[in-house]
Formats: sequence, C-alpha cells, structure tokens
Amino acid sequence: MSSMSIGRLGGRRLGALAATAAFLVAACGAGASPSAGPVTLTALFMKQAAYSEDNVKEMTKAFTDANPNIQVNLEFVAYDALHDKIVTDQAGGAGTYDTVLLDAIWPAEFAKAMLVRDITDKIPAEYKNDVFASALAGGAFQDRFYAVPWINDTKFLFYNKKMLSDAGFTTPPKTWDELLTQARAIKDKGIVQFPIVWSWAQAEAAICDWTQLAAVMGGADFVDASGAAKFNGGGALAALEWMKKTIDDGLTNPASTGFLEEDVRNTFSAGGAAFALNWTYMYNLANDPAESTVAGQVSVVGSPGMGSVATSGVNGGMGIAVTANSKHPDEAIKYALWMASKPMQDTYAQLSLPMWKSSFQDPDITKTAPELFAAAATEFTNLVMRPVVPYYTPLSSALQVALQEALTGKKSAKQALDDVAAKLPDLQK
Amino acid sequence: MAGLTAARRRLRPAAWPEAWVAGAFVTPAALVILLVVAYPLARALWLSVHDVVLTRPGEEPFVGLASYADELANPDFWAAVWRSLCFTIVSTAIELVVGIGLALLMDQPLRFRWLLRSLVILPWALPTIVNALMWRWIDNAEYGALNALLFQTGLIDSYQQWLSNPSTAMWMVIIADAWKMTPLVAILVLAALQGISREQIEAARVDGAGTFTTFRYVVLPLLTPTLLIVLVLRTMEAFKVFDIIWIMTNGGPANETQSIAIYAYQTAYRAYDFGRGSALGYLIALAIMFLAAIYLRLLGRVGRT
Repeated sequence: MSSMSIGRLGGRRLGALAATAAFLVAACGAGASPSAGPVTLTALFMKQAAYSEDNVKEMTKAFTDANPNIQVNLEFVAYDALHDKIVTDQAGGAGTYDTVLLDAIWPAEFAKAMLVRDITDKIPAEYKNDVFASALAGGAFQDRFYAVPWINDTKFLFYNKKMLSDAGFTTPPKTWDELLTQARAIKDKGIVQFPIVWSWAQAEAAICDWTQLAAVMGGADFVDASGAAKFNGGGALAALEWMKKTIDDGLTNPASTGFLEEDVRNTFSAGGAAFALNWTYMYNLANDPAESTVAGQVSVVGSPGMGSVATSGVNGGMGIAVTANSKHPDEAIKYALWMASKPMQDTYAQLSLPMWKSSFQDPDITKTAPELFAAAATEFTNLVMRPVVPYYTPLSSALQVALQEALTGKKSAKQALDDVAAKLPDLQK
Repeated sequence: MAGLTAARRRLRPAAWPEAWVAGAFVTPAALVILLVVAYPLARALWLSVHDVVLTRPGEEPFVGLASYADELANPDFWAAVWRSLCFTIVSTAIELVVGIGLALLMDQPLRFRWLLRSLVILPWALPTIVNALMWRWIDNAEYGALNALLFQTGLIDSYQQWLSNPSTAMWMVIIADAWKMTPLVAILVLAALQGISREQIEAARVDGAGTFTTFRYVVLPLLTPTLLIVLVLRTMEAFKVFDIIWIMTNGGPANETQSIAIYAYQTAYRAYDFGRGSALGYLIALAIMFLAAIYLRLLGRVGRT
C-alpha cells in the first residue's frame, strides 16, 4: 500500500473544542489539506467488552462535532463475527469500511493480505513514549504499524471478597497454587460448588486463558522462529494439563468448556463462583447492583504467578486500522487518532483502562477504580502475545478444538496438542 | 367480455406469436433465476477448480480437481460425513416412528382431536432459529429446564453439561431437530391415513385381524408410498443440516457436532479457502442430488400406482 498519502492533515478550522482538537492536530502533524465537501466514513466496532456501544457513539459524536465536515457511520458486530466481517468485506471487494477494529492477533495476517494500510508514519511520537508497549505491539507486525492502538486490555483475576473471608482468607492468592488451595477450602466449606469459572468454549476466549496460564507455567512461545510447533510441550502443555486437572478436581465449573466471557460474567455476578479470569470490563459490571447480585463483594488483582514468574496477562489489545480500500484514508486516520487520544481515553476509563502511561499517574483518573489501576499496573509488566503469525486464525481454530478435546477428556492434553502439531505445516500453507 | 378481448388485443399486437408473448412474460423470472441460481452455481464450480483463498488476494491458479481429491482423502471430511449420517439416520428414524404414532393417535375419534392437531403442529410452525435457541436454553447446564427437571425428579445427581459434553451434544441436537420435524411427518402420515377407506380396515377386522395385525398388514402397506416420500425428504434435509447445529453448538464441543455443511462453511468462511469450500459445496450437492433422484423415482412410482 505505497499509494498512501496522508501526512497533510488538519487545516480545517477546529472551532471551540480546542483542548481536545489541538491535541489531535499536534498528533497528526499539522498541515493544510482542505478536503472539499463533506466526507462520510464507515467504522466497524465490536459489541462486547471494553468500551460499550454508547461510549463509542459518544466519542464519535464528539469527533463529528469537532469536524463538521466528516460524518461517521458506526457498525457494531459481535467479536466472533468481526474478523470474518472484515475479510469478506475487504477481500470480497465490497470495501464498505474505512476503519475497522483490529484484534492484536490479526495485524500479521491482514498486513500480509494487504487488507489494511501501513500507518507507521502516522503514529505520533508521543505514542512511542507514553503508550504501553503492549498496546503498541497489538497493532504492529515486523516493526510496522497497521493499527492505531486503542484498547490495552488483559484478563485480570476477579475474586469474591465475601466468599474468601467466609472461608477464612484475608488476602487474594498470589500464585495459582495458592488459588487452588483457597478454592478447595471454599468448596469444602460448601460456600460455592465450583469456585472457579473460565471462558473455555471452543473460541478465542479459551486461547486467551491458556496463553495467560502458559506464560507463568513455563512460557507461552507457541511457535518458534522457524515455524516449528512448541505448543505441545513446555508451558503450553503444562497449562492445559493444569486446566484439565482443575475440572477433574471439581474446582473449575465444568460448564466452563461451553462458556464465553459473558457467561463467566453472568455466573460470577450471580454468586456462582469465587474466582474468575476476565477482561477489564467485568469490574464495573460485576459491581453494578443492576447487573450483579454480588455488587460490592467483587475485587480484582493482577493474575497470579507460579514459580519464579510473578504474574502474566494475555495481550488483549485492539487497535483501529484503516482499510486498504478506504477512499478517505486521511479522514479515517484522523478519526482513529481521535478515538485513541488521551482526553477521550481518560473520559471513558470506566470500561476500558487508558493505554496512556501518564493516565496511571493522574489521581483524578485512578481514583475512579483504584483496585483496577493497581492490578493493571502490576499485570501490564508481563503481557504476552499470542503467536504473531500470518496463519494465526487457522492455527487458533485448530488449537481451540484441541483444547476442547483435552478439557472434555476426549484425548490427553499431550495427544490433542501433538495432533495439531502434526497438522501445522498444512495450516502454514 | 368485450372489454377483456379488447385488452387482450392491445397487449398482443398481431405481429407477436403466442410463444413470444409467453417468452416475454417468463423472461424476468428467468433472469432472476439465472442471477440467483445459475450464476452462483457456475461461480462455485469455477472456484472449486481454482486455488482461491480470500486472504491471498490476486493468486487464483487453476488446480483442476485437486480440491476434490484433497477433501476425499481428508479424514476431517469423512468424520464430518459420518456425523451428518448419524444425525440423518437417528433423527429421521425418531421422526418417522414418533410421527406415525402421533398420526395414528390423531386419527382416533378423540374428544379434543382438533386441539391435539393444532398443538402438534406448533413446533413445526416455529422458525428453526427460534427452536434452536429455545433448546439451547432448555439444555443450558446452569439454568436450563432439562437439568432442573431431571435433578428434581432424582434422575441425575448433578447438573449435566448437555451441550458442552462431547458424548451428549449430538443427542441434544437430534432431539431438538426431532421435536421440530416430527409434526411434519405426523401431518403427512395423517393425511395418508385419512385416505385409507374404512371398509378395508373393517374387512380386516371381520376376518379376525387384531389391532397390530391390521396395522402391520393393511395400514402400513397403504402408508408405504407416503412414508417413502417422507423418508427421502427428511433424509435430504437432515443431511444438509446447518442452522440448528450452528445455533445450538457452533459445531462444538471439540467438533463433535460438526456436520458436513458446517465443515464446508468453516472451510470457506473461517479458513477463507473458497476453492475447497466450493468443492465441498459441490460434493454435498452431488450427495443430495443422488437422494433427489431416488425421490423422483419414488414419486413416479407413487404416481403410477
């Protein structure tokens, strides 16, 4: 996509919203390029997790108010439909969208297929200094940027304070072994039948939990530099065997193998579990009396460690990419940078943590959820990527089946993963 | 009449032969059919003999029948075929047996027969998606009605993961499908039952035949043509099952409910391998056409008798 020629943004009268907009002009590199007539962008987002639909609508309204020449049509799809929607729309030739939400696992594939633009030159300097490295990594492939980082997310450990104290524990677990000990006590006291709940359905959610566990159980490097499988040994195998054992021991809710994130939230919010691993968004919702029967009992900490590794998190970052087919790339990147700007992120920090490091130093922002910011400050020190390979989607699909086979007892963990390793050359084609 | 003739004259100038007029009327419909049936078929055929992967735009080499050969040699393909066959055979068998039973019941001179007939048709009247969602709730491990019923009646001692357990998921899908499709079988069989003359049955009774003997040697042979048609129709539909499984299990757990149609969909739209996906589409179409040929022959035979 060498035909990109942004670079000369701004120049439009920025009106009264100077504070936010001035930031943006600085961010884009001020210049002059008065585009004639109104431009309509179409932007694709997802329905669940992180910023809510209402958040996105309000952020977008602020953008169009500040840029009356640009209209933005918003579309929201379920996360599980997002990837397919982008590929079929872009590769299929319809080219409806100017910006698309890009998960951290896709830049490699999309860059190789040339569905999204290389926007390395458009990322302002302060991003490199003040945005968490994990958020930047989520939009990058081979040192080039294909998305403006937008969401810096990972899975935290949520726990029910009341259940823990009823079982005689005053502090949350620091290691997974400690967590199992506490879970056992909670189960034995009859406080809840299955103390832990996970999103282990045949979906990407299961890969996220698995990666996060593998990172503290021996390492989450699933494929080595030469493309050979490593997921059938080391931390990956240890983590899967550990996962299966927690089901066999009656500590993990067996329904977890059919659960997505929302099922985890619902079960936890209904008082059906003492521990859950989930994204940031659950914190506010699980403490909202309208959404949760355990509101006020829910606390959050950094994900536990094991052995010498103190904590880990799966990199669940997402960015806003400009599609190769977009007819208005300049306006599209302007919009993406607006959505990612620090003022926007600080304003809407309730459901998604800001990706700006300086926001974590600002007591006005951290006071809204001190526990969550503290948990994030810990866990963001060790966020791991799922494999950054162009064949990630088929690899993930095959691994999801393997996880199901192992967790439901159809195959041993080793056998299930070995079977995927044997198929790996096919997936790499 | 006079007005009508005049109108006809206006519509059909003398120079237009009747066949042309007919052609002109059929053309719009034919164009639509060409657009939505013939073009996709031709396009899919073209795709199936090329290596087209959506995430590799620009490369579409001709590969002949390689995609077909690859799939026919692929154990995943045969596993999906086997699952479709299991689904087809078991669900069709349940639907036939229960459907015949229901039809016989509805054929009896019961007091609230009209009510029974209306109630029986209800599941079939529901859209498949609604039915699938309903059963997904019923089968839900945490708050489903099935677990509540079985637990409270003491039949199970802990909640079961009906849809996420590989050994029960397919059964749950089959039950949901049978729940929806049995009424269709029942109504068709009922119609056939009502076509059987009372004299034949009474004659059998007079000859000393009991209820079962009458059913086995008089009613069943007369039902055979209808049953054959129902059998083939249901087999064709069940073999290409997609929607009910997609909603209930997404093909999981561990691909245990991945029917051949779901396998084809995932190949085309998850792996973006349109070449192989189209080849799979054609393989499924061939299997269905084979069943359709049987169906047409049966229809012909029924027509002759």
